[in-house]
Amino acid sequence: MSPRKIRNKDELEELKASILQKREQKRTVIAISVGTCGLARGAGEVMAAFREEIEKHDLSDEVYLRETGCHGFCEKEPLIVIYPNGIFYHSLRPKDVPEIVSETVVKGNIIDRLLYKSLTGEKIICEEDVPFYKKQKRLILGNNRKVDPTDIEDYIAIGGYSALAKALSMSREKIIEEVKKSVLRGRGGGGFPTGIKWETCRNAAGEPKYVLCNADEGDPGAYMDRALLEGNPHSVIEGMIIGAYAIGSAQGFVYVRNEYPLALKNVWIAIEKAKEYGFLGEDILCSGFDFDIEINMGGGAFVCGESTALMASVEGKVGEPRAKYIHTTESGLWGKPSNLNNVETWANVLLIINKGAEWYNKIGTEGSKGTKIFSLVGKVKNTGLVEVPMGITLREIIYEIGGGIIKDKKFKAAQTGGPSGGCIPESLLDLPVDFDELTKIGSMMGSGGMIVMDEGTCMVDVARYFFNFLREESCGKCVPCREGIKRMLEILTDITEGRGKKGDMELLEELSEVLRDASLCALGTTAPNPVLTTIKYFREEYEAHIKDKKCPAGVCKELIQYFIDWEKCTGCDRCVGYCPEGAITGEKKKGDTYIINQNKCIKCGVCLDMCKLDAVIVR
Amino acid sequence: MPKIGIIIDGNRIEVEQGTTILDTAKERGIYIPTLCYHESLEPYAACRLCTVEVSRGGRSKMVTACNYPLREEIEVKTDSERVRRIRRTIVELLLASCPNVKIIRDLAKEMDIEEPRFKKEENDCILCGLCVRACSEIVGVEAISFVGRGVDREVDTPFRVTSEACICCGSCAYVCPTGAIEIEDKDGVREIKKFHASQPLERCKVCGNYFAPRVQIDWMTKKLNLPRENFEVCPTCKP
Repeated sequence: MSPRKIRNKDELEELKASILQKREQKRTVIAISVGTCGLARGAGEVMAAFREEIEKHDLSDEVYLRETGCHGFCEKEPLIVIYPNGIFYHSLRPKDVPEIVSETVVKGNIIDRLLYKSLTGEKIICEEDVPFYKKQKRLILGNNRKVDPTDIEDYIAIGGYSALAKALSMSREKIIEEVKKSVLRGRGGGGFPTGIKWETCRNAAGEPKYVLCNADEGDPGAYMDRALLEGNPHSVIEGMIIGAYAIGSAQGFVYVRNEYPLALKNVWIAIEKAKEYGFLGEDILCSGFDFDIEINMGGGAFVCGESTALMASVEGKVGEPRAKYIHTTESGLWGKPSNLNNVETWANVLLIINKGAEWYNKIGTEGSKGTKIFSLVGKVKNTGLVEVPMGITLREIIYEIGGGIIKDKKFKAAQTGGPSGGCIPESLLDLPVDFDELTKIGSMMGSGGMIVMDEGTCMVDVARYFFNFLREESCGKCVPCREGIKRMLEILTDITEGRGKKGDMELLEELSEVLRDASLCALGTTAPNPVLTTIKYFREEYEAHIKDKKCPAGVCKELIQYFIDWEKCTGCDRCVGYCPEGAITGEKKKGDTYIINQNKCIKCGVCLDMCKLDAVIVR
Repeated sequence: MPKIGIIIDGNRIEVEQGTTILDTAKERGIYIPTLCYHESLEPYAACRLCTVEVSRGGRSKMVTACNYPLREEIEVKTDSERVRRIRRTIVELLLASCPNVKIIRDLAKEMDIEEPRFKKEENDCILCGLCVRACSEIVGVEAISFVGRGVDREVDTPFRVTSEACICCGSCAYVCPTGAIEIEDKDGVREIKKFHASQPLERCKVCGNYFAPRVQIDWMTKKLNLPRENFEVCPTCKP
């Protein structure tokens, strides 16, 4: 039976109350994270085990097993939170499940070994006390653990669609005014003020108008938009409906990467459900406002995250950017006024409408308000998605939330903003993270990728890596980007392979300037960032490669050699067993007889990784 | 269209709002080099050679003259130091990619570039897209397009096989600034090897010489909705 369409705010409140009443009958909620990251680590099997156990103990009426999206702490997946107490168990395997049900769910006993152990060895029971979460401000992502993304009732129970109901009672001007006052800036990378964008699009001549959601997340290591779409698609859709109402649009598009099957599925279900309940489609909440959303699947081109390329792709053309001298808010999709915002931006709209710009304004810094979700990845202990107030320092994110560097190695750099972002050195760890500060030092917020690198990372190699990515992803339309990136990659490859020469750094800088000034779209204009920041902050590393033909971090194969340290080697023979080329020889138990045949060595580094005595050295 | 006042290379002038910088410059005899621009086609802004510097209120930015519409009172510099540096690098990059292409060599010579500082390749196409746009915007058959991405970008037919859409009219070769597209008319057949195309030619009703592919005449008859006789005489014999 299809549900009755909700007609107004009061009916929405009534529905919410009845859902909450129904939910109260279940004394326990087990929220299990089954986003893409969780599933990859076996959350599907754990969930199946829970279903079976709950059935076995005949607890179906008492326990609600909520299948949620990603909670953020990807490092510790599969993980669950058991409510009402908020007990946090992590790194679960199916064999842990019977005990959890019989002990914790039935008897209320805590299982010690499944608790989170802090770095100081303290066992933590509640999710909110886990240091990874404690310093975060999970205004957006926090709802992921409270809703089953395929169950609209879960979303309504936490106040879902109340922002829409409120917005529909406001004038369009008032909504735009509120968003402008909030100083919300685009979370996709550019940081353009959302309210001004909406206003320009609303005032632009031409009908129809379109609103779009950019879910073409493509930065290596960034996946916050996927987590939001998978875990709480209604929040994005609700934001879009409010935006469309304010702008005066009847048609929206969500442009999602085809490589995000779960996000696609959940958005699709959410759109269908929202229509059933009267939040989407014709005469939304009996307000007379019509709005529909279509899903467009991207083919995986990085450049399609650029607004004009995205719109070309939606139109069915090759995803290539065009000049934006006339903005897309005036002439975008099919030449009509179009407003494109990123997934996270749309989700922020609800907070502003529900709680007001004044409240929102209190979070963040002077020029950057609200929170930002970062994908904290790389050589950091706690990898995952972290949502923090703007203005928090890099040090707080990496050390307090991230728990520091793996194996307590030395921090070397953090790369923010994806392939066109910059590498930030240790001296800038106390930098407050917001749009303007990151730009000032030559990096950028981008969509929120944050890759942490330790002392074992070669910064020239990092620049080369990102240029290789950009070489593959440049659309090839304009000469500076297509030819410039290719040549810069050639120079970087030469440097990392020992063919660097005097003047290479200057030539890289010269080409950077031309790319920045003359490329057609932001892919090209921001592409030089990894090179410029690594030259600026790690100049001596470039010089070592070029002048001394050495890679100080011991990464660039052509410039390093592996040796056995006879002082440390005990002749355990472990390395010999692992060397794939048979390049290591020596007499067992006689450490000072072990040598690596440099002609045979392929510099794979297995000996270094396997030696328990640090007796393999790189020079 | 209302007029607005701008400054171009130090001279204050009035232009119709919406005119591009390139058209304005051309009208006033100011030389701006271009490679991907053609007056009969939509501007594409891919070669970036026509980059100029515009400023307003003390802030300056680089834009492409071919598609930048003059909508507000700005100052345009078509030959500043920054502009020259950009154009020089673009030509140097193209010279490394296409060292044997005359139009690029001429530009390089003009800018005193003797040898590119990059590894030389042997390409003859600069990917300006004139052929693709002519085929789509003028001829209207869309037989060729860009294939591949980034450095692997090329112009070809879909799936790099013979395209039924191609009428072998040769417009692509006609607009190509580098001579990368060759046409061969031989024994009553026109062949465009680069695009895997060949079509039989029609003889001129007057002189009897082969002059145009039959499918092209069919296409023009249909497109312009005129009698076929109008297209059966070669340009030389046309009264």
